[in-house]
Amino acid sequence: MKILVAFKRVIDPDARIKLTADGSAVNTESVEYKANPFCENALEAALQIAEEHDAEVVLVTIGGDDTEQTLRAGLAMGAARAIRVEVEDQQLDSDLAARILAAVYKEEDDVDLFLLGKQAVDGDNNQVGQLLAEYLGLPQACFASEIEIDEDGEEATVTREVDGGLETIAIQLPGVITADLRLNTPRYAKLPDIMKARRKTIDVMDLDDLEIEDTELKVEVVRLEEPPKRQAGALVESVDELVGKLKNEARVL
Amino acid sequence: MSNILVIAEHHAGSLKKGTLAAATLAKQLADKVGGGFDFAVIGGGVDGVVSELQGYGAGSIYVVDGPAFADYLAQPHTKALVAIAEQSGASYLVSTAGTTGKDLMPRVAAAIGAGMVADCVGLAEGDELLFKRPMYAGNVIAAVRCKTDKTVVSVRTSEFDTVEKTGGESAVVAVAAEPGEVGARFVKFDATESERPELTEAEVIVTGGRGLKDGPTFWNMMNPLADALGAAIGATRAVVDSWEEVPNDMQIGQTGKVVAPKLYIAVAVSGAIQHLAGMKNSKTIVAINKDADAPIFQVSDYGLVADAFKVLPELTEKVKAARG
Repeated sequence: MKILVAFKRVIDPDARIKLTADGSAVNTESVEYKANPFCENALEAALQIAEEHDAEVVLVTIGGDDTEQTLRAGLAMGAARAIRVEVEDQQLDSDLAARILAAVYKEEDDVDLFLLGKQAVDGDNNQVGQLLAEYLGLPQACFASEIEIDEDGEEATVTREVDGGLETIAIQLPGVITADLRLNTPRYAKLPDIMKARRKTIDVMDLDDLEIEDTELKVEVVRLEEPPKRQAGALVESVDELVGKLKNEARVL
Repeated sequence: MSNILVIAEHHAGSLKKGTLAAATLAKQLADKVGGGFDFAVIGGGVDGVVSELQGYGAGSIYVVDGPAFADYLAQPHTKALVAIAEQSGASYLVSTAGTTGKDLMPRVAAAIGAGMVADCVGLAEGDELLFKRPMYAGNVIAAVRCKTDKTVVSVRTSEFDTVEKTGGESAVVAVAAEPGEVGARFVKFDATESERPELTEAEVIVTGGRGLKDGPTFWNMMNPLADALGAAIGATRAVVDSWEEVPNDMQIGQTGKVVAPKLYIAVAVSGAIQHLAGMKNSKTIVAINKDADAPIFQVSDYGLVADAFKVLPELTEKVKAARG
């Protein structure tokens, strides 16, 4: 089996996000980057499948060479190799990212599964896996909390976290699965694996290699602003005071 | 013929209220670009849903109804929605940003070559049509431009009121659609067993955080309060990540559910940014936490600095008394 895993770096999700003075972008000065948490869930799932089914796990990222540190972290977790699609100044939207990943899929032979995080915690779009599946004409199972691959590696049974409960569907492989948080707990890389990861291959391709000529964005960010701040209210001293205010002031009881 | 298509979300034969909030965005869109809206319904045996949609001012209600569409699967539903969009001639396809909308709409966007705006929270002021949407766990609101002829939008329904009935009958139009090649099959749906209202539809929500010690304690503390209030129970990401007894679909926050009830009571919740993004539009927010510096107090209307274990039983009793 061969499993591709989309692996994106994002600004440390626990860091405070600041805008540049003109509000045109997020201030990236002295920010730290980490792997997108959902991508780590996707990679962990791929590694677990690989342990059972003898699969090659290949990371794919899109970005400049400063993304290689994140790729090395994924390689240290256990991926066999990585592909970086070089885009330096090119802005991306979900659609272009999906078209690039679709081109990588076609470039790689015999891919059985494309695993992605359900969303990246920077853009929060939750689109790329679904777009990719449509572009490749493959079935999809999004927001996975459990994945089981049958013995022949031909079908994946996936439990999906949906509104109001858990849905189980079975998809034929090759297919696209996006990971939700509860899918697993990503492993920590051990020191020897971190050393080993330094020697693993990162292949670099550019958009010409992938024959992507149309780099026009479909959706473009025009400006950013901070959300309106909510006014902090008063502290109450006791349960009695709280219940009184809820009943008589807010009138919600 | 209307230019905006609102995709109805329904489950077990009844309409989900979020659909009517998505219709509000459609109306705002119509105010800006002109035109009006239609509804689209896809499923197997959806007559009930169609009649629920009558009276809201839609031009038409387009329906794909058949056994091949009875269970939601992304591929056949994409085909059905594309067929409806072609017939209605819509320029804007609008759905809720529930899990079905999130699953389906990007596929539809790819199929028709449209750009997609996810989780729309409103339209920007000004002449140009720009959609507002949250990024970075709600820490940033972006104004985005969709440059394609057709635009797909999923709507964060907690940001919109539902449309009011205006009376009048919408024409029901049956649309023929083929499911196409389907590489997936539905196996089962396990509904969250709960007597309580669904989180995204609840008027009162009580949410417990990591301060509640462990899973069993979480339920022992939250159940009586929720009973007293007729509330839904939510949880923080830390809780659903750590305690098996609390399922993930109870998670409120940027990566979970986004809610805006009339009353939101956060118990032993510190108020991580990603949690605040999921609840800060609630009308009245109450925070109970023993740490006076917890960020949750910065968004709460009423804060009580206290140990949840000490005050929750008292609160439960007094809420019961106050509600008579």
